[in-house]
Formats: sequence, C-alpha cells, structure tokens
Amino acid sequence: MTYVRDVAALARKDLLLELRARETLPAMLLFVLATLVAFRFALPADASERASVGLLWVAILFTALLGITRAFIPEREQRVLDGLVLAPVDRSAIWLGKVLATLAFLGAAELVALPAFGLFFEGVTWNTVAAVVLADVGISAVGAILAAMAAAGRARELLFPILFLPLSLPILVGGVGAAVGDDPARYLAFLALYDGVFAILAWASFEYVVTE
Amino acid sequence: MSVAVAAAVVLVAGVALALLWAPEDDDQGPSQRIFYLHVPIALTAYAGFGWGAWKALRLLWTGGQRYDLESYTAIHMGTIFGTLTLVTGSIWARTSWGVWWSWGERQLVLFLILFLFYAAYFMLRFSLPDGPGRARISAVYALFGVVLIPISFLAIRLAENFIHPVVFTRDGPQMSGDMFFTFCVCLAGMLLLAGTLYLNELAGKRLDLRLRELREALELG
Repeated sequence: MTYVRDVAALARKDLLLELRARETLPAMLLFVLATLVAFRFALPADASERASVGLLWVAILFTALLGITRAFIPEREQRVLDGLVLAPVDRSAIWLGKVLATLAFLGAAELVALPAFGLFFEGVTWNTVAAVVLADVGISAVGAILAAMAAAGRARELLFPILFLPLSLPILVGGVGAAVGDDPARYLAFLALYDGVFAILAWASFEYVVTE
Repeated sequence: MSVAVAAAVVLVAGVALALLWAPEDDDQGPSQRIFYLHVPIALTAYAGFGWGAWKALRLLWTGGQRYDLESYTAIHMGTIFGTLTLVTGSIWARTSWGVWWSWGERQLVLFLILFLFYAAYFMLRFSLPDGPGRARISAVYALFGVVLIPISFLAIRLAENFIHPVVFTRDGPQMSGDMFFTFCVCLAGMLLLAGTLYLNELAGKRLDLRLRELREALELG
C-alpha cells in the first residue's frame, strides 16, 4: 500500500511541477500540431490515405521524444534524484511515478493530435485509438528508463532519441498495423505483449540505473 | 594462443570445404556458397550479443566489476560481426536478386535494427562517466538488447503483411548432409575466431586498465 502511495506522490510531484512551470505540455501540443501540418506538405497529393496513418505514428513518436527527453534532466540538474534514491522508497516507484506522469502528458497531447489528424487527413478509427492507448504504455515504460540512462551521461538530450528510436520501432509496426492491417487484433495483441515485456524489464532493472 | 591456432585451422578448413567440397546449389549456383560465411557470421553475432547480456546479468546479480569489461567486449564483437552480416547479406542479395538491399529479407532487416540499437550502446557508454554507475547502466541496456531481438523479429514478420508480401524465401531444398557438415565447420571456425578476438581484446583492455592504475599510483606517489 505504501508503494502505491509513493508512486502517486512521485507522479503528483511531476504533474504539479508541470502545472506551475508549464514547460513540457505546451511544447508537446504545439509540436504535434506543427508536425501534422508539416506532413500535410510532405505528402504528395496522390499519396494514399494509408500513408497518412504512418505519418500520424511518426508524429506521436516524435512528440513523445520531445516530452520524455527532459523527463529526468531536472532531477539530475537539481540533484533531486540523489534525494529520491536516499528516500525510503522502492527505486522502481521512481520509475513508475515517471511513467504515470509521462502517460498523462502523452494522453493530453494525443487528445489534441487525434482530432487534428481527423480534421487534416482522415477519420480516426477505434482501432487506432486502442493502439494509441497501448502504445502510450510502452512508450512511457521504455522512455522513462532510457531517459534516466541518458540523463546520467554528458550528451543527455542528444543521446535519448538515439536510444529510444530503435526500441520504439516495434511500437510503430503495431500501431500502423492496427490501422491498416487485415487483422487489427493481432497488432493490438503485439502491442500489449511489447508493453508487458518491456514494462517488467524496466520495472525490475530501474534501480540499477539510478543507484550511485 | 591455442584458440587462435584452432580458429585459423578450422576457418581455413571451413572455407576450403565451402569452396571446393560442398555440392553446388541447383538453384543459385556458386553464389550460394556465401551462405557458409554469411549465416555463421550472423549466428556468431547473436552469440556475442547473448554472451554480453549474460555477463551483464552476472554484473547486476553479483556486482562483480570484471563482468563489465567482458560484457562490453562481447557486445563489441557482436556489433562487428553484425556489421559483417549486413555486408555479406547485401552482397548475397546483389548476386541473387540484383539489388543491394531488400526489405523482404527478415534477418537483414533485424540486423539493421540491432545495428542501430547497439551503435547507440557505444554512444551511451562513452557518454557516461567511468565507474560502477556506467557498468550498471550499460548492463541494463545490454539486457534490453536481448529482449529486443525476438520482439523485433516478431515485429518484422507482422510488418510484412502490410509493407509488402514476402517475395523471396530461402526455404529451398533442404540442406544435404555435405552442406550441413561444411556449414557446421564454418560456424565452429567463426565462433573460434570471435572467441580469439574476444580474449585478445579483453586482455588488451585489462592491460590498459592496469597501466592506467599504475600511472595514477605513480603520479600520486
């Protein structure tokens, strides 16, 4: 029970920080809109509607990239992480709190992105919505631990996209497949498998990333 | 030293068998013989990644710092052999299908993703300050790698359904006994070669580390 309370407190800290500073979320919202507009001009007029689904997923991944890159940098710069590691909480709770906060940011960005996509390109199916929800879990789970790894190094912002993109390619496959594939359920199941496998791995190994 | 000699002998024997003794493939002709290099190289790359992840697991489990260098060196070997897999696969694709790259070839696409992933491993490692923190973070990343291999393979198979259908398959005639024997010799040779390189590099890196420690001790003294 204390575990749940720790996680909630940590997630609340991130959300409160965002409410006061308003740094990440406005940037994500503007970025996803700007990306969709840019894609409108990147697609030739006779491109198939299916191609635009792929672009939606690229926009989602890049927006996540923008939001998660800085997830652990304030913690490192202000030495919050030292305090958190010393605090009597399970270290995986730090990861889970960050995952929940990231999920909230991603969800808010997609609440804008999906209607905008429907407006600019074509309607969004329920399959795509389900795939986005499943993908968000995987993106946050993998993103939070990789951001902690990248923040420990010198390159930081530069490093995170390079770590994140190869690992997120399966998410891209699952998301696009759920929209255009013959059998969307298979792709949704694949996304769920990805979420499960990587969430367990990240949850179990996070303490080694932050222990000094 | 004895591993190096064994690697040289077995590898030369394997190449000789592949070029002179193994029967010619009915379909592909002489170009099929690159199979005896390409596939053992690919399996050796997997062995490198797997060995690196195993050492990473040992590091996290026991905290023994020597596993860090072993894991790093194994992944270094895996990446070198993985790059060779891409090169030999590309050459094979050119001779059999006339193109340097085919997205229909699952193993090649998988190696491209793995190449990107493990190239980032080195970026990560060189960005982190030296010490036990770097060892642990590198180890966690190495574990993500071995989990990514099957997940990516599954993703590539799923993606074929909507990107484009499989045009080329390699499930031609079953391998004959002669071919399989040649393949096994080549695989053993390649693994021995990787083992030799691994032991050499490990010894070199340990020497480096020792030298640095001695130098620091001298400067302090």
